[in-house]
Amino acid sequence: METFINRIDQVGAQERVSRLFSRSVKKESKMDALKTVLSMIDLTTLEGKDSPGKVKQLCYKAAHLHDQFSGLPSVAAICVYPTMVPVAKKALENTDINVASVATAFPAGMASLEYKLEEVKKVVADGADEVDMVISRGKFLRGEYTYVADEISAVKEACGKAHLKVILETGELVTLDNVRLASDIAMAAGADFIKTSTGKVSPAATPPVVLIMLEAIRDYYKKTGKKIGMKPAGGISKAKLAIQYLVMIKETLGQDWLHADLFRFGASSLANDVLMQIVKQSTGVYQSANYFSMD
Amino acid sequence: MGKKSKNTDTKPDWSYSPALESTDHVQINKKNDLFIDGKFITPIKGKYFETINPANEEKLADVAEADQSDVDKAVKAARTAYDKVWSKMDPAERGKYIYRIARLIQERAREFSVIESIDGGKPICESRDIDIPLVSAHFFYYAGWADKLEYAFPGKMAKPIGVAGQIIPWNFPLLMAAWKIAPALATGNTVILKPAETTPLTAMKLAEIIQEADLPPGVVNIINGAGKTGQSLVEHPDINKIAFTGSTDVGKSIMKSVAGTGKRYTLELGGKAANIIFEDAAIDQAVEGIIDGIFFNQGHVCCAGSRLFVQESVAETVISKLKDRMESLIVGDPLDKNTDIGAINSKMQLDKIKMYVDIGQKEGASIHQSSCSLPEKGYWHAPTIFTDVSQSHRIVQEEIFGPVLAIQTFRTVDEVITKANNTPYGLSGGVWTDKGSKIFQVSKAIRSGVLWANTFNKFDPTSPFGGYKESGMGREGGLEGLMPYVNLV
Repeated sequence: METFINRIDQVGAQERVSRLFSRSVKKESKMDALKTVLSMIDLTTLEGKDSPGKVKQLCYKAAHLHDQFSGLPSVAAICVYPTMVPVAKKALENTDINVASVATAFPAGMASLEYKLEEVKKVVADGADEVDMVISRGKFLRGEYTYVADEISAVKEACGKAHLKVILETGELVTLDNVRLASDIAMAAGADFIKTSTGKVSPAATPPVVLIMLEAIRDYYKKTGKKIGMKPAGGISKAKLAIQYLVMIKETLGQDWLHADLFRFGASSLANDVLMQIVKQSTGVYQSANYFSMD
Repeated sequence: MGKKSKNTDTKPDWSYSPALESTDHVQINKKNDLFIDGKFITPIKGKYFETINPANEEKLADVAEADQSDVDKAVKAARTAYDKVWSKMDPAERGKYIYRIARLIQERAREFSVIESIDGGKPICESRDIDIPLVSAHFFYYAGWADKLEYAFPGKMAKPIGVAGQIIPWNFPLLMAAWKIAPALATGNTVILKPAETTPLTAMKLAEIIQEADLPPGVVNIINGAGKTGQSLVEHPDINKIAFTGSTDVGKSIMKSVAGTGKRYTLELGGKAANIIFEDAAIDQAVEGIIDGIFFNQGHVCCAGSRLFVQESVAETVISKLKDRMESLIVGDPLDKNTDIGAINSKMQLDKIKMYVDIGQKEGASIHQSSCSLPEKGYWHAPTIFTDVSQSHRIVQEEIFGPVLAIQTFRTVDEVITKANNTPYGLSGGVWTDKGSKIFQVSKAIRSGVLWANTFNKFDPTSPFGGYKESGMGREGGLEGLMPYVNLV
């Protein structure tokens, strides 16, 4: 575990965000960014009312974002609840889109480790390529960092070949100092990705939180040579904000992270806003939202 | 990723397309006259000099050079306006004029920002987000004081002192004009302003605004020229006060020439600020503070954090992060909205910076520069840091006024306080630590006019600014900024 305490100054972090977000991304660089954003989306549906029908429709959308416009990438993955993994797996079998499943008693994580490991093994056996787990925030806030780390390690082992994203639920950790510490713990314990939020707690991904997590990834890479991925989730519904995050990645982590292998957006409605902007960039006019399919 | 890694394409690096600020709305007058007694007039000897764009060395305009006889004329206009109009005006009325100037600057902020960047080389994001907003904020702030001076100085009457000669530098041209003019007008004085010879254009635009605001003729006069014009102004017998911002050398000669004349003066001079990073600081934010401290405005900042002190236990981390961060600084066209570091203000200044970089290397310091490419035309300098330096190096002792940082390490609080104070200057400083008590301990011990804690280069019209020792005397900004312009009776 880290011995060096990484302190974070909230005001300074916010200032850095403002500066990064004032970058002007126009013309070709905007078009490139929009397409990159599409390719990084984990198209998500995580609702109690999810059904096979809904998931199948979403899977079709994931592979056919806007067929009227050629040359668009597909999204990176579909993110669903465990019971929907077989449905998604079947619907996406002839695509290169991954199936991601939340697990470990998402979103609260209030279950025993045995239960969590069993759930992880089940979703992987059902075909999930990626597992999005939640950390035990109650334990973290009580200072039981070893428990949190051990739990992540155990889940990582249960994942086998599937990639593990560790959700910190930063809205419940509250301070940026905690966000940094939780990021450091998750990476050391074996996370392939660190992820901000479940989307069920407010605030979800905020720009300073994302910045601090990217800086943690950068420092971890410098120290170990290992590239950990990042996934902000929740509340990212506009193309403009997504592009601002690309700026943040570029200037914090560099070009290598501008790829779906190392960066994802967890979002349900972002794709259509990005599509609308892409069409606008090429035609010069905005189309009505009715021209973009809602699945 | 999992079974299907997508990292197979070899796209070129994503970079920002040019994002140039529009210049359509900007009109630079090809010929700029003297602004005396509310009118634009040609200089008596008819001499003009050129001002150029330091980013491409192209000529922007001709500017009238004021000689002794023009200075006489300006002082006479200011004296008449002082005696007959401005000192006698109801203070609330004076305030209204200053508010009007503030509003007009706000309305034309974009135009002022663009001209400031073209004439001086600073990035547009900085003139747009920092310089020009602060200019109008200063006028607003001092407009508010105009009719409230009895509350600024309870129990006393604040009387104006007369005609002020104000000489300003090229690093924040319009902002320095605002710092000088706003408090002088609010307290009932009249002024003659002399901008720096490399950056006269925004001051000439300000003259237009002063006309538009219908300020009584002669209350503000703006004349241009180099050192000789400034000297005529300083030595003029009918001036009551000199306000100068610039180099310590010139400041010293001004002190000599006003000695025994009864003229009052304020001097805001050079600096060599210590920016101190303790091991318990928030390191990533401190690195941003180092960047802001030395590379803001190409390092053309008197209060720049040009001496960095890093505690030894974190020195390696800090310097490595600093070098990484320097790579993401965008150096180039000042009018591109993504530019972080623009052009060096003049050839003369560039030569001076290069001289010091040369000295640093000859003295045996280790140099590191960002790998950015620099434009071919114009005056440019890559962000530069020196390690392996000590207090004995000239690059540590002397003000470079460019994007050049000298880094030293330290072990204890006492050691760094001693070293921070071991300089003829005392304008500003910075301290970075997560520990509140250490902030108070260090800031009390360092003799500097401004000391920032966990931030750097922050300005506000309500906050007094000025130096100890050879960094000057008197304060500008805030309530204290009224003092140099009043007699308390």
